[in-house]
Amino acid sequence: MTAAVTPVGTNAEALAADSRRERRRAFFLTSPAALLIAVVVFVPVGWLFWLSLFDPEGALTAENYTRMLGSPAYVKTFKTTFEVSFVVTAVCVLIGYPLAYLLSQLPARAANVCMVFVLLPFWTSLLVRTYAWLVLLQRKGLINTWLIDLGVIEQPLRLVHNFTGTVIGMVHILLPFLVLPLYAAMRSIDRDLIRAAANLGSSPVGAFWRVFFPLSLPGLFAGVVLVFVLCLGFYVTPALLGGGRVQMWAMRIESSVNLYANWGAASALGVVLLIVTLVLLWALNKLFGLERVFSGR
Amino acid sequence: MISPNRLAKLIGAALLTGGMLPGGALAQDSVTFSSWGGSFQDAQREALMKPAAATLGITIKEDTTNGIADVRAQVTANAVKWDIAEQGSNSCVLLTKEGHVEPLDYNVIQTDGIDKGVIGSHHIGIIYFSTVIAWNKEKYGDNGPQNWKDFWDTEKFPGTRSVYAKPYYNLEAALMADGVPKDKVYEVLSSDEGIDRAFKKLRELKPHIAVYWKSGAQSAQLLKDGEVDMIALWNGRAFTAIKDGANAAFTFNEGIFDFDCLVVPKGAPNKDLAMKVINEFLKAENQAQLPKYISYGPVNAKAFDLGVLTAEEMARVNSSPQNAAKQLVLDGQWYVPRYDKLQERFDAMIQE
Repeated sequence: MTAAVTPVGTNAEALAADSRRERRRAFFLTSPAALLIAVVVFVPVGWLFWLSLFDPEGALTAENYTRMLGSPAYVKTFKTTFEVSFVVTAVCVLIGYPLAYLLSQLPARAANVCMVFVLLPFWTSLLVRTYAWLVLLQRKGLINTWLIDLGVIEQPLRLVHNFTGTVIGMVHILLPFLVLPLYAAMRSIDRDLIRAAANLGSSPVGAFWRVFFPLSLPGLFAGVVLVFVLCLGFYVTPALLGGGRVQMWAMRIESSVNLYANWGAASALGVVLLIVTLVLLWALNKLFGLERVFSGR
Repeated sequence: MISPNRLAKLIGAALLTGGMLPGGALAQDSVTFSSWGGSFQDAQREALMKPAAATLGITIKEDTTNGIADVRAQVTANAVKWDIAEQGSNSCVLLTKEGHVEPLDYNVIQTDGIDKGVIGSHHIGIIYFSTVIAWNKEKYGDNGPQNWKDFWDTEKFPGTRSVYAKPYYNLEAALMADGVPKDKVYEVLSSDEGIDRAFKKLRELKPHIAVYWKSGAQSAQLLKDGEVDMIALWNGRAFTAIKDGANAAFTFNEGIFDFDCLVVPKGAPNKDLAMKVINEFLKAENQAQLPKYISYGPVNAKAFDLGVLTAEEMARVNSSPQNAAKQLVLDGQWYVPRYDKLQERFDAMIQE
């Protein structure tokens, strides 16, 4: 975006010099952080990419990548990863949006109390929560036992060791990641705008869809992107609740580490996941203007 | 808080024990042994580590492993912490092939009474374990599936099943279910058609398999919670699950014998001492103690001749002569050249 006003004369020069100085200062101030990012992110990722180009004997090879195209196991895993991520994100939106809306409409104090309940599971170990779902969902678990005792069902439902179980577990873990940015966005929406819409003759439903909803979109997109990207790299929950049949990308990386004697095979998988994630973020950015979302404007 | 007086006593005691170590061994003489943890490692501590440490006058430090990747990582990173590592049979052969382990010194390690099949240039068996058929007694009573044909027979035994998430045991089981006698299994698997035949039979059972288990603990939990009606799992896990109250039973019939082995990672800090410790672990009198704690069997057959095992222990240990006769021995060597291909094919089949 270009500056709305172009300053003129000596005043403009002084301003320009000042802003240059400020930029320099900002650069120096951020350099430790930038250095840290370079050391802990770019170097390892670069190394990962480098490793993926070699076979166990240390010869240059594209085998680690071509293997993915040749074997149906990889293609299927890739599809499963995206399927699970889409479904989990969609369910999170369906549950999270009304929840965040409710929270944003409550008085601040009540909302804070409710927020604790959203965050509480967030502070519990992921592994513990996943095992808890196993106990709840299994064939002789709490849910099936209750439903059978109440006479609702005759045969136990297959709730776990499959796609369903994986989605339930992941939604539970990822929901706060959607609710938090969404809630923040909704809180910052000026309520007077809704009143103005009503004043101008809009019905409550109309005011919601035409005023509130569009204004909440940046928060929603931020949440969706967070949840979706986190889904792509999920490991523990699908491994424990998927019954071995739901194989996601991260699990394939783990099995590659065990299967092949070098890091190359697993590195290649990591590189592919990273690239796909970046491409996806870029595409979402094109579609929804994410920089606007993250800059909070 | 420890009082200064008490502290002085403790230090004195420590100095005293240090000075009294037999064989003049120094207190810092130690080896690090890494095994699978849990009740398994507890049993090894009682039966193998304590006697070995006492005889040699050394300390055996412990760690736990998750498998082959740990050894590879330590060796490639040039940061070997372990002197002895326990691994699956297939991993031992792979590690040898990759050059990640030291050759074993058979001038130190005595192999009398140990089957040739578990002895390699760079590894040696330590315990036998079997993959057995276990079933839920609530569902089938005492007459559960007695062999792999029954395991595959979903009309006679309707219900959900669970198997290991790797090709091991599954390919062998599938062929036995398809009518191949146990001594002909690897003959059939030696051809591509044989492998196809095994996969075809596995695919047949796929709709009835509820869970592909990945860890021993998981398989035991599935049996205990009644999550599946029958399961192919390691005999020690089945035994413990039943002891812990699982309403289940299992049979050694057509069980698949496999073994764990010991390796010395390349560049291990106390290599020479490690050889001596391995020798102690394998002695018949120490091996004979194993069945007192777990149902995984000694690799040293002489352990059964010492007369220290009760009839009950003989019946529950998988490698006792009476149980061994009913089982097939897994051929780790067969898997080595084709393992990655088989695993990927197996994964693809699961996801179809």
